Amino acid sequence: MMTRKKIFEKIIEAVIYASGTATTIVVLLIVFFLFREGLGLFRQAPMQKTYTVAVHPQNPVRQLSIDQLKAIFSKKEKNWKTFGGKDQSIETFSSEDIEKHLKGQDLGEAFSKLKGLVTTYAQNKENLVVVMPKKFMPNKFVPIPTEHMSIGAFFGGKEWRPTSEPIHSFGVLPIIAGTLLVCFGALLFAIPTAIIAAIYLVEIANKKVRNIINPFIELLAGIPSVIYGFFGLVVIVPFIQKTFALDMGETALAGSIILGIISLPTIITISEDAIRSVPRELKEASFALGANHLQTIFKVIVPYALSGIVSAAILGVGRTVGETMAVLMVTGNAAQMPSSFLDSVRVITSTVAAELGETAQGGIHYRALFMLACVLFILTFWFNLLAEWIVAKKTQK
Amino acid sequence: MSSQNSLSDQNLSLDETAKNMTSEAKIITRNLDFFYGDFQALKNINTQIDAHTVTALIGPSGCGKSTYLRVLNRMNDLIEGAKVKGEVLIDGQNIYDKKLDINELRKNVGMVFQKPTPFPKSIFENVAYGLRVNGMTENIKERVEKSLQQAALWNEVKDHLKKSALGLSGGQQQRLCIARTIAIQPDIILMDEPTSALDPISASQIEDLIMELKERFTIIIVTHNMQQARRVSDKTAFFYLGDLEEYDETPKIFESPASEKTQNYIRGKFG
Ligand SMILES: Nc1ncnc2c1ncn2[C@@H]1O[C@H](COP(=O)(O)OP(=O)(O)O)[C@@H](O)[C@H]1O
Ligand SMILES: [Mg+2]
Repeated sequence: MMTRKKIFEKIIEAVIYASGTATTIVVLLIVFFLFREGLGLFRQAPMQKTYTVAVHPQNPVRQLSIDQLKAIFSKKEKNWKTFGGKDQSIETFSSEDIEKHLKGQDLGEAFSKLKGLVTTYAQNKENLVVVMPKKFMPNKFVPIPTEHMSIGAFFGGKEWRPTSEPIHSFGVLPIIAGTLLVCFGALLFAIPTAIIAAIYLVEIANKKVRNIINPFIELLAGIPSVIYGFFGLVVIVPFIQKTFALDMGETALAGSIILGIISLPTIITISEDAIRSVPRELKEASFALGANHLQTIFKVIVPYALSGIVSAAILGVGRTVGETMAVLMVTGNAAQMPSSFLDSVRVITSTVAAELGETAQGGIHYRALFMLACVLFILTFWFNLLAEWIVAKKTQK
Repeated sequence: MSSQNSLSDQNLSLDETAKNMTSEAKIITRNLDFFYGDFQALKNINTQIDAHTVTALIGPSGCGKSTYLRVLNRMNDLIEGAKVKGEVLIDGQNIYDKKLDINELRKNVGMVFQKPTPFPKSIFENVAYGLRVNGMTENIKERVEKSLQQAALWNEVKDHLKKSALGLSGGQQQRLCIARTIAIQPDIILMDEPTSALDPISASQIEDLIMELKERFTIIIVTHNMQQARRVSDKTAFFYLGDLEEYDETPKIFESPASEKTQNYIRGKFG
């Protein structure tokens, strides 16, 4: 016969098992959803959903790639000959140009007269290319099939202009580069700082000092990152601007410092553990050879604990960059390829956070942001692997 | 630089005073008491250890052997609440004197631990470590090679000095630790159960090494292995519950100990 206690234990066990399974499933579902939404990006053309491209029936060109369309509408290419057409200049007409081309004309209620007006305007313009919702396309114009957004254009593209018309640019290279740059800078800043702080706390400070500082560090970990963002904006950004005589202090450097500061409490705590885990015998062996405390710290303790500290830092920074809004506040958010720490950059999290609110659900911009979130997911995953690899490499030795 | 010079000058004068003392005593402890907080781990220990001898410390676990050993290079200083009373003289100098340079003392009194403690560095850098931290960087290659030869390890490692010391076997690691210790040319080497973590073959290699090193160093070794104590040591000290129960020539201790406790311990160990 089962006692009541045993039954109770069985129930607890079942609950734990069920919640574990449920959590795993939820996590998998989140990842699945993320990727499903994101991958939809590559099944659409990078323009508004209902829009099509069309040319005059007398124009022999029947094929234009996304890049060629971009070049045409940004006026970089000006002659049809480049695309195998006649030697005549290219004229464009997208919904942006309605004001310009049909100035002062009555478009009717709900644009009911638009199609007619556009047709009149376009009829005899052999060199015209139109991008517009299908229902406003001028009569007889020949639609040109548009390519889907390509994976190469996403990962290799250097332009992130999600709202440029009529063709959007979703090149994430500058954003990924900005994210990595900010993370790398944060590591450069956080690792030495954490090592020094942790060494001080473990090896040098007496109990009394430790008991004052440790709660303080925990407190730092609990401060919302927005407040760090304010601190960055008010203190660090102006400081950088003055020090380097820049027009604008919102730079990758500011982001790195803020990111480093935010992740410091975690990194310090883990670093303390790493330093405490240095075997006592190893320290004693160093002292026994006549080394003083500082020599022991820098020649034995730090090298021994370093891999733990570095992996803690990678994990800390990798996590924080995916979570925090503070970076958004201090980096200036220019989606351009950075060439130094003094350039303004934009990171993935900032992009998603700032733009998602303005997008239509299921639209191409929305999907691009989801895809960007997938990239962040993979990046964080990769950070984790890197951190684990560093630890594994050490224990293997 | 100047402080280093004055230190070695001080050493010279120390050596001279030692010579003038007529006695061959390298280490003397007088009325030595040792406390971990309130707990007294050593009680009134009086010993004299002569230069170029091997002294074995035996006794049941927890009787204070390691504590005694670690008094001699002040390793116990690292333990919070540790307290020493009485006198400990090395070459006639009280090593608990406030003015004494503790790193200089430890350079002179080397220590080999029970578990091999190689640093996570290359084989070469392990041996060079003590030299570097003590500023003995002249002819570092030669010194490292010589130490490895003296520790009977050179032939096994000479072709991969740059490899991590953590890849060596336990016995090799322990010989590396001995090489590392003798590289900085101490007078005294303390060994705390140096073979107890090793297989019998590695252990006997270390024993042979101890016999050779005796020519040049004063050695104190803690061991639980009675055969080993008997083979390698000139004198044996039997500790019991913090007391130095008996301290005499090794053959005397093993053949006709004065104390019944000593006899029981040795018999139990052999039995
Ligand atoms: N760090 C320490 N703090 C408190 N007590 C200790 C410490 N180290 C050793 N002791 C105690 O001191 C006694 C002697 O220890 P030890 O010298 O290590 O003995 P042995 O080496 O002979 O086995 C033991 O009772 C041990 O518990
Ligand atoms: Mg011991």
